[in-house]
Amino acid sequence: MILVDTLIQGILLGGLYALFAAGLSLVFGVMRLVNLAHGDLIALAAFVILSIGTALNLSPFVAVILAFPIMFAVGWGLQTCLLNHVLGDDILPPLLVTFGLSVVIQNGLLEIFTADSQKLTAGAIEVQSLALGPITVGVTPLLTFVSSVLVIFALNQIFYRTRLGRAFRATSDDSETVGLMGIRPNNVFAVATGIAMVAATIAALYLGIRANFDPSIGPARLLYAFEAVIIGGLGSLWGTLAGGVIIGVAQALGASINPEWQILSGHIAFVVVLLVRPRGLFPRSKD
Amino acid sequence: MTEPLLSTHGLKAHYGDFQALFGVDIDIKQGETIAIIGANGAGKSTLMRAITGLLKNEPDAIKLRGESIGDLSAPEVLERGISMVPEGRRLFPSLTVEENLLIGAHTRTGNGVWNLASVYEVVPVLKDRRDHPGTALSGGQQQMVAIGRALMSNPDLLLCDELSLGLAPVVIKEIYASFPTIKERGASVVVVEQDIGQAMKVADRVFCMMEGRVTLEGTPEELSREEIHNAYFGVSA
Ligand SMILES: Nc1ncnc2c1ncn2[C@@H]1O[C@H](COP(=O)(O)OP(=O)(O)OP(=O)(O)O)[C@@H](O)[C@H]1O
Ligand SMILES: [Mg+2]
Repeated sequence: MILVDTLIQGILLGGLYALFAAGLSLVFGVMRLVNLAHGDLIALAAFVILSIGTALNLSPFVAVILAFPIMFAVGWGLQTCLLNHVLGDDILPPLLVTFGLSVVIQNGLLEIFTADSQKLTAGAIEVQSLALGPITVGVTPLLTFVSSVLVIFALNQIFYRTRLGRAFRATSDDSETVGLMGIRPNNVFAVATGIAMVAATIAALYLGIRANFDPSIGPARLLYAFEAVIIGGLGSLWGTLAGGVIIGVAQALGASINPEWQILSGHIAFVVVLLVRPRGLFPRSKD
Repeated sequence: MTEPLLSTHGLKAHYGDFQALFGVDIDIKQGETIAIIGANGAGKSTLMRAITGLLKNEPDAIKLRGESIGDLSAPEVLERGISMVPEGRRLFPSLTVEENLLIGAHTRTGNGVWNLASVYEVVPVLKDRRDHPGTALSGGQQQMVAIGRALMSNPDLLLCDELSLGLAPVVIKEIYASFPTIKERGASVVVVEQDIGQAMKVADRVFCMMEGRVTLEGTPEELSREEIHNAYFGVSA
């Protein structure tokens, strides 16, 4: 029974990691860009939710809705003003630029919000739990997991079922030829990064409710996100969810043996999966 | 004389230090089918890429109904009614057959008869294969998808770069069989062809290119085999 409990906690935690990773996975799928500032953008989103909630005295679940358009605009602007200028055949410039961006965001947040730990307070829901037979699960972790499934589902629908998603895939295939269809890749990329930032904002909501955060937490979130994307297979959104769950379960199992092993177990699972399946579990067939 | 639909004026093109076109002048009248022939590396594809805005140029080097369009981007050129079947088809592998067609009308549907239903009517096999990946069809079927995709924007001018490349003669025949329908429905057409016989059959006028220049121009009836041979290979008779 303890094992089942541990597995369920791990799966639910995996939902949070999948949320960290969803935007990263989408952006990679559309423009083959690894955004090293992704974790810091999640931290930024958490501070945006916090600021809105504090200023307007709103629950984080309401504040997050106001944060969506702001973070969409941040993503759109970032792509338009910065990232589009460094995308190209050479993969190094975008890595350097997003690394620099990561440093800038961290220091900017530190300047504005100081290094103090913050938390999003959601009230009673934080401590509520549900009894599912003999197992008890927290409402917030459950909500996190359900949200992650919904976010991945929604992104997948956008990617495969909409006109916009068609432009995403075509641009990813051949960014020159889409010009002949009247599509401007830079605009497509800006919208994709905007959507990725909305997903990152949902991740920030649950991150901020679950634990303390401060301006320095970004890089560790990036690492989990990155591992989830790689485990799942580059370009596969459902794979990213699976990747998040695998890290979550590995961490929960590790922690149940020895609390100090939690983080390490997740990273070990990542390495093991890569040894067995170097391209991840569900790589998109091409590239 | 009526103004041509499209004309180029001393069009030049460069790839880095390499000059691929040295002052090309061609013109296409409304409703005409033009063939551009020439050996490998003559600059035919470069000319197509320049017209569609994939290669930037002087504004006045290309004119559409008198408007200078040489410096426009590919989406802006499409917006004005020029679409292209690119060399090598360039279908999108992540898109199904139907999505490949639909993306041709992503930003421009024009006003004309071409839509999903009318493309399927001309090439029924594409309808049967609509949910397959675009690149999972035979070469000839893929070429029909590429043509359909270019038609979906209802262009006034359709450019086709080497439709017959790598295809069996009967398949080439089938593809060209759709041309009367395309012309009937209002588009002017430029075909780039290495197959001189095929070019002579479909074209109202032929331009022959060699080493980045137009070396010969005329109607199929006017041009003798010998003239074409010389213009094509640069051997003087
Ligand atoms: N991307 C490029 N970079 C450098 N040079 C190029 C490039 N594309 C074409 N060229 C050169 O420009 C010249 C014209 O090429 P182009 O592709 O226009 O010829 P083409 O007439 O279409 O030939 P083919 O019949 O083989 O398709 C050639 O000498 C070619 O080597
Ligand atoms: Mg060519």
